[in-house]
This record gives sequence, C-alpha cells and structure tokens, in this order.
Amino acid sequence: MAVTHEDVRHVATLARLEVDDARLDHLVTELNGILAHMDALAEVDTREVEQAEFAPKVGTPVRSDASGPLKMYAPLESFAPASRDGFVLVHRLSTHEDSENRAP
Amino acid sequence: MSITNFGSLSAVALSARVGSGDLVPADTVAASFDTADAVSAGRDGLNLILWSNRELALRDASSLAEGMAKAGKGGLLAGVPLAVKDNIATLGLPTTCASKILAGYVSPYEATAIIRLREEGAIVVAKTNMDEFAMGSSTENSAYGPAHNPHDVRRVTGGSSGGSAAAVAAGIVPIALGSETGGSVRQPAAFCGIVGVKPTYGRVSRHGLVAFASSLDQIGTMARNVDDAALTMEIMSGLDPFDSTSSSAPVGGYRDQYMSLATNPAPLEGMKIGVPAEYFPENLDPGIRQLCLRSVDALKSLGAKVIDVKMPQTPLAIPVYYIVAPAEASSNLARFDGVRYGFRSEEASTLSELYSITRSEGFGPEVTRRILLGTYVLSAGYYDAYYKKAQAVRALITRDFGAVFGDGVDALFTPTTPTTAFPIGGITDPYEMYLSDIFTVTANLAGVPAMSLPIGRVGGLPVGGQIIAPHFGEAAMFRVAYALESALGQEAHQ
Repeated sequence: MAVTHEDVRHVATLARLEVDDARLDHLVTELNGILAHMDALAEVDTREVEQAEFAPKVGTPVRSDASGPLKMYAPLESFAPASRDGFVLVHRLSTHEDSENRAP
Repeated sequence: MSITNFGSLSAVALSARVGSGDLVPADTVAASFDTADAVSAGRDGLNLILWSNRELALRDASSLAEGMAKAGKGGLLAGVPLAVKDNIATLGLPTTCASKILAGYVSPYEATAIIRLREEGAIVVAKTNMDEFAMGSSTENSAYGPAHNPHDVRRVTGGSSGGSAAAVAAGIVPIALGSETGGSVRQPAAFCGIVGVKPTYGRVSRHGLVAFASSLDQIGTMARNVDDAALTMEIMSGLDPFDSTSSSAPVGGYRDQYMSLATNPAPLEGMKIGVPAEYFPENLDPGIRQLCLRSVDALKSLGAKVIDVKMPQTPLAIPVYYIVAPAEASSNLARFDGVRYGFRSEEASTLSELYSITRSEGFGPEVTRRILLGTYVLSAGYYDAYYKKAQAVRALITRDFGAVFGDGVDALFTPTTPTTAFPIGGITDPYEMYLSDIFTVTANLAGVPAMSLPIGRVGGLPVGGQIIAPHFGEAAMFRVAYALESALGQEAHQ
C-alpha cells in the first residue's frame, strides 16, 4: 500500500497541516519507508483475537460524582490577553461577522 | 551552607539532613542551581534545562522551611530539588513540551504527581529539555536544540526525557520526573547511567501530563539509585479522581520489602527470573551482551532461579507502536490550534488558515511526520489494515507477558537498549531511530512496569539493564533491582 502525494495532501488537510510542495516529496518517501516496516503485521494471524482484548485488562475504577471542578491557581483573566463577562476573547478573523467591532 | 559532594548525595540522604536541621531547604536549592551553573546545564551549554527560576525556587524553599517549623518535621523529600520534564504541568514555570507551538504557556494548574511530591517537601527547580511532545529517542527533536550527554557531550542523552536523565547524571538534582510512551524514561536513563522507572499503566496519575498517546503514557521517575526511584514512585502513585485510568490498587511496600532483605545474602531466594532470547538478537552490541550476562550471573548468586523464556511477538512491537502511538497523537494534538494555547500565527485571515498555518509553523518535523502518519492509519480505507490490525497484534504482545508471568516468572531481565548513546546527528533515518526503543516499547504496549538500572560501561559509556514485572508488580521489580544494584556495586559504573 504505497502512500501517494495525493494521500499526503489528503491527510494533511484532515490534520489541519499545510505541506508545501518542497516538503511533500520528502514526506511521501519518509512515510512509505516507515509504513513498509508495518507490512510485517499483515502476515500475523489475529483471527482469534477478540475485540475485547484491545482494552486494558485493568478496568476503569468507578468513582462518585463528588469531585469538584479543577482548582485554578490564578484567575482566568490572568491567562488570556483579554476577557469580557467571564469569557476569554479570541483573535478576530476576517471570516467572523461584525469584524469592525474588533477585540483588543 | 554549602553542601559537600551535593552531586552524589541521594534524595533520602538530603531529606534526612534537612529534616534533622543540619541543612535548610534554601541550601539544597542553592546547591542545585550552583551545580547547574558549574556544569553549564543551560541553553548555551549542555542544554538540559529549558526553564528555571532561582528566586521562585528559593521562595518555595522558604515556604517549606516555615511549614516544617510549624509542623515540627519534614516530609519524605524535605528540601529535595526536583527537575521536571517540560511536558508535565507545573506552576510558575512554563510547560512547553519543548515545542514552539506552546511557547510562553504557563499552566494554571499543577500535575497530581507534582502536587504529591511537593506535599513531601520536594522543590521544583527546573523544567528539562525533551524531544518535542515526547516524540523521539535522542532529545534532538527539541525546538530548543539537542541536549548533550554529560558522559560525552558529542553524544545524545537519549530521549525523550533526555534533559531529566542528564540533569540527574550531572548531579544537578537527585531525582527527576520524565514521561514514558515507548521507553522515554528507561532509554535515556540507560544512556546517562542512572535509574529510570516506568510504572504499571494506571499506577501514577496522568493528570497534568500533556497527552501524547493516552493508552501508553505514564509519568516515570529518574534517580541515581534504586532507593530514591522507589521512594519517589511510592509517593506519586495511587488513585486520582482527575485521571479516570488511574488505579485504586494498593500502593506501597516497595522499600519495606527490599529493606527487610538487605542483610540476607540471598535476597532473591524463591524468585524466578526469565531471560527472553528475543531481547538478545545476534546484532546486539557484544559489550552490552557481556554486561547482561554478568548481571544474570549476579542474579543467580543472589538466589534467583534464572530461566530462558520465549516472547515470540517481540519483533512486532516497533511496527505496532509506531501505528498506535501516532494514531493517538494525531487525535491528542488536534487541540493545539492557535486559539487556546501558546503560539498563534499572525499570517492567517480565516479560521481554517489560523489552524493550519499555526500548526504548520508551530510543530517541528518529527511531530508533523507522526501526526500525518497517525491520521493516515486512522483514515477511511486504511483503518482496518493498520490501526485495527496493530491493536490485535498488541493484544498478542500482551499475551506474551501474560504467558510467562502466568507460568510463575516473577520478573524478566533484558538489556534496556541495543546500543550505547550514539553521536548527535548520527541517526537520520526515522525508522532507524525508532529501533532504539526496540527493547522498551513492549512494556508500554502491555502496560506492565519496567525499569532500567546501570549495569556497567562499554567504551566508557553507560549501559542499562532492564527489569520487567507483571501488572502492579512494582514491589518485585524494585526487589530485584535493589539486590542487583547492591551486588554490582561500583562495577555498575565501570
């Protein structure tokens, strides 16, 4: 299963990464080199492995819902450049409506 | 007060001196920073430490001293300087995962493991260099440049917790925290000649550890001796409501068990230790093989019964790991998009561009490669052939461990790495680099505890021996390690 340039472009889009043409050739070669070693897995007979075996043997412990919210060691405002009414203001982009009313 | 031989003192010894009033916490903090200066641990030197703040650490030392005065006693780690890998959340110092994309990020909360160590008197003095987002085996993938091995500055520290391992080896701190996904504590511990421990999956809370591959990640301890590593692990372990995968299994008894056998000439009497042939391939460095055989002889002389065992799925571990880990990473790292944390590209004009340009500029080449690989193996048309298949083979690898431990084997002994520390820039092929984890990834895939301890040197470079135990078998693992460390004595560092 050789990875193509189109495959890398496709997964880069899915992963929200930009890959320029100069890097693309390199990545296709690298990913094919790595995945060639993975082909050994295709030879392994796993028909008797149950899906349940994928999960860790140690079960997730049940706990009460008593745990409170995570304690913040400083007010929210100290972690963001700007906030309003308890909300963090994020970077305004041209695609946002009302872009004239820009956040600081 | 200056501390004579600070760089060789154990955490247990330092804590005892602080607890008795012979030293105050400010003395140990000053000694740690002075040692870091003396060995040039900063960016323009060995490049082991990314972030540190002497004034902040001295303030913590002062608060600790006040608390001790009120309580009339110190904790188990009273005044012990602690270095922390840069992917574990700490207050006051940045947590950047050695990545440009988290530049300037300071966590608003602290990892559970750090809180528990602070409660016993540990003082965080430094955040250490690492491979970006823990993706690497050499600490060359850091956005801040490679770390240098104190035993030979032209060589790598190992990785991804290379800065922590080297900080312990260089005498800056007696204990440090690293994180494990495929061997990132044990491999650098072996390369730097120290002890490194990966606990059972679920033994130590992952709360505050920046996620890489959530089904594999664990915080681990690094120290210059087994006792310090065991003590640190005992303190950190246990159920945490902030990590639903943390276990309620009982904690402790590690030190009690081996201490109770300290005067016994055969402290491993009644234990069965397996040696899997698959971890001793023909191309294993002959010097490492020789040192492992010496350790096996030592284990026998300590009373253990040593037997050959089979772990037939071992050669499949690297292919499985490099499907499962990148797949999980591609999901976990989706959160770094320029909106919530750290770096944000100023080039974007749309939201979609903000995500893609920020991520492309913020992530380094290895992280980008693994995100693409992980996205590929999870994508439609390839999921069954890669990800689902890898999970099934992972189950077979886990069965290997179940079979040998089910047969009454108490622990396994193997080399930690196939080579000693290699030259910086010496490995350029990604898959060749991945192979340096060949003996360590199996324990992560199966979730069992494992540790590395020094067993000698080849060409002047440290070599690690690995002990692997069943799930929650840390007590047996430390019992074997403590006995072997005692038996090898100074030979472990020669």
